[in-house]
Amino acid sequence: MIEIRNLKKSFNGKPVLRGVNLDIPKGEAQIIIGRSGCGKSVLLKHIIGLVKPEAGQIFVDGEEVTSSSTRDLYRMRRKIGMLFQGAALFDSMTVEENVALGVREHRMFDETEIRRRVEEKLELVGLPKTQHLKPAELSGGMKKRVGLARALMMDPEFVLYDEPTTGLDPITSDAINELIIDCNKKLGVTSIIVTHDMTSAYKVGKRFAMLHDGQVIFTGTTDEVRHTNHAMVRQFIEGRADGPLQIY
Amino acid sequence: MRGVYHVLFYAIQNEDLTLDEEIYIFKTKRLQTEDEKLYITLMTKEQLASPIRAVGRLVIAWIEQTGAIFILFGKILRSSIHLWRRRRLAVDQMLLIGVQSLPLVSIIAVFTGAVSAWQAAYQFEGLVPLDYLGAGTSTAIFIELGPVLTGIILAGRVGSSIAAELGVMKVTEQIDALESLAIDPVHYLALPRFCAATFMTPVLTIFSDFIAVLGALIVSNVLIGQPAHIFLDSVQASFELRSLLGGLTKALVFGATIALIGCYIGFQTSGGAEGVGRATIQAFVLSAALILIHDYVLATILF
Repeated sequence: MIEIRNLKKSFNGKPVLRGVNLDIPKGEAQIIIGRSGCGKSVLLKHIIGLVKPEAGQIFVDGEEVTSSSTRDLYRMRRKIGMLFQGAALFDSMTVEENVALGVREHRMFDETEIRRRVEEKLELVGLPKTQHLKPAELSGGMKKRVGLARALMMDPEFVLYDEPTTGLDPITSDAINELIIDCNKKLGVTSIIVTHDMTSAYKVGKRFAMLHDGQVIFTGTTDEVRHTNHAMVRQFIEGRADGPLQIY
Repeated sequence: MRGVYHVLFYAIQNEDLTLDEEIYIFKTKRLQTEDEKLYITLMTKEQLASPIRAVGRLVIAWIEQTGAIFILFGKILRSSIHLWRRRRLAVDQMLLIGVQSLPLVSIIAVFTGAVSAWQAAYQFEGLVPLDYLGAGTSTAIFIELGPVLTGIILAGRVGSSIAAELGVMKVTEQIDALESLAIDPVHYLALPRFCAATFMTPVLTIFSDFIAVLGALIVSNVLIGQPAHIFLDSVQASFELRSLLGGLTKALVFGATIALIGCYIGFQTSGGAEGVGRATIQAFVLSAALILIHDYVLATILF
């Protein structure tokens, strides 16, 4: 379970998060929607401790991320996987080295086991026998899938997805959606998906939260979000330019 | 109506702003909440404030940066107990920083030696017997020219490449990805680069010293017409281990500076390709300046 309490953060004096409160139960697929620049990615980075908040707390399974020591933070990160927006593969390494880096560094398994697991995870994301390729040889969708394989390598309990389908064609997007659903169901991981792709959100999500102006303005299930009367949420999910959310 | 309200709000908040300025601010930033309004207001007040405040801000930024550089230095030193685990990465970096810089360092060294011999001969004319040419040039090379020029070349070649590489990793979230895998970037990226540069700069300086003396010998022999043995005798007679070691100590400090600044600037990079470009320049300019400053400080301590 992830609990976010009154989280506040600003950059260069400009407030980005102004008191975010959100509870994400175990095993859920939580969607966080919101416009570009509303602080969704920043929120994800707080959960994994990449950014320190000015105020507020985040608890992962009851342990506080926000004020823990570096050592505790690194221990907690082992149970959280993250898929970055641009996949963030290490471009000096092969696919195999990318996927295996975490477990190799932490010496979690011996070399044969690592190879077996890399093969298994790459198969899971639909990219078997790509171990020797470099990130430069992969397409955008393939990179994201390798990124996902890397995030899953340490068998995390939580996986954070930062815009997993942005910039991908609809078919590849759907393949990614299926992967997220698979991980959620088969591996039992708790997924937190930041997105503004509503097709993807409806497909993978069970619970929705909308972030606007640095605060959570709406939470609810898929059905609730579909039938909501909340003007801003309606405008967002219908993708209309006119409404209470202004273009700036 | 909303717009009028905002402009009015500004008129109240900023008595010293003209209406045009207020309208400009309102048009460029669509203000949504009270906080934002307050923020914009404060910003404009800051911008309009006296130049003294600007100077103060610069000083604070400078102190902050210096502090941050020392913090990184401390982190690198603390992580150095894990150097053995990082030996493979460190060796890779040594190859990149040291071995691959050798051709460039050699070319620069030959010409440094050559010009220093030529220039010394010109200055000695009528004042000092040319027999001392070897002594004069070689001492200058060991103490000053070898380490400083090697340092400056490496600042350009190595410091900026470290900053660019780490900068790209930073802006493409690769450093965040490392962190998310519970791997410390200081440990994984900075430590090997720091150790490699600190170790390889003195090594390259030894090469550069030797090649520069060779360059000086060629010029004194071929162009000035001094027999080689006189030049070499003079080098040998004036040779002091202290000068050589002093020069190498400088090189050690320069190497550490180059890597530290490269890593610091790289880790701080933001703002896409433009940011990486800026980081590359900053790393070179800052480390080259620091090399010359350290050179002066070390010269007063060592000699």
